[in-house]
Amino acid sequence: MFVLRNIAISATVYVMPIIIIFILIYGYLKDVKLYETFIEGAKEGLNVSIKILPYLVTMLFAISILRESGAIDMITDISGPLLKLLGIPPEVLPLAFMKPFSGGGSLGITADIISKYGPDSQIGRIASTMMGSTETIFYTMTVYYGAIGIKKMRHTLVCALIAHITGVIASCIICNIVFGV
Amino acid sequence: MINTIWFFMIFIGIVLSFIKGNTAAVMDASLKGAANAVELTIGLIGVMGVWCGVMKIAEKSGLTEAIGKIMHPFMRLIFPDIPKRHPAMGAIILNISSNILGLSNAATPFGIKAMEEMQKLNNNKDRATDSMVMFLVINSACIQIIPSTVISIRSSAGSKNPSEIIITTLIATAMAGLVGIISCKMLERYYE
Repeated sequence: MFVLRNIAISATVYVMPIIIIFILIYGYLKDVKLYETFIEGAKEGLNVSIKILPYLVTMLFAISILRESGAIDMITDISGPLLKLLGIPPEVLPLAFMKPFSGGGSLGITADIISKYGPDSQIGRIASTMMGSTETIFYTMTVYYGAIGIKKMRHTLVCALIAHITGVIASCIICNIVFGV
Repeated sequence: MINTIWFFMIFIGIVLSFIKGNTAAVMDASLKGAANAVELTIGLIGVMGVWCGVMKIAEKSGLTEAIGKIMHPFMRLIFPDIPKRHPAMGAIILNISSNILGLSNAATPFGIKAMEEMQKLNNNKDRATDSMVMFLVINSACIQIIPSTVISIRSSAGSKNPSEIIITTLIATAMAGLVGIISCKMLERYYE
């Protein structure tokens, strides 16, 4: 298992260069002007980054207020007893509520839970699984819709949150099945 | 909807800070958050530049189109309104594969490219299409083969088997993704 993991992790190091060299060779064989084309793309990248900035400022401003005020802790306290019935231990709730908003924030909570309860405790395993199973929805929505100027997001948030809740509940159930309670 | 959510995020946060008496810290954090957005963007410019450059070569050489064509039978089920030879398909596949491989740096530029291509197919430029929503929901339940950040945290905390959560993470993500896709298909007709 240990050897397998090392192979898998070192394999990820080679993924990026392999993709790049493959695309470059393919382009070279197809007579694409590599240098000029790359610059053309880099220019587009620059424009998109600058276009996203105001959206990111607007969203991170609001997320920071919500996070720092302790609102997420309060929601955790209120909904704790109810969610315990679903098999979600109250210790991992701050993570479940933080994850949609902030990647850095939820990583901090995960590290905190792991050091407090131990990486090989049931709580630690559930938190680790949860951390890897969903993305920061608000950030992704802000960046992707901001880049193309979409205003009506329709069912995006509802469905993304449904997926997120599924991930949270599934993490608890699967860890209980695989590692035993 | 986003207007209401944004308002309540700030409203709840500020009112709560009055009650708890930590208003100064909250305001300080809010400005740091905004400054952080600029830092993030500056970091993003370089990475975006590189990957958009690579992406452009893949596009001009016809590689994106070729990948899109190969994967089309599977993708047609999830993204029915994207035509076979459209570059959006290639960009979506590159985004999802980067997510799976844990190349989050590359995933964002590919994802934005996919959104731009899907926007070209959109008749109402303010409104997200079914495919865009589907794409975002799939992205928010990102499947990743090796959750390397979590493994390294566990490892440094002295875990006996840091990678034991790979399987559980995979199953949990797959379930989140599946439920996300199904809910998208079910709800898309109810949202104008």
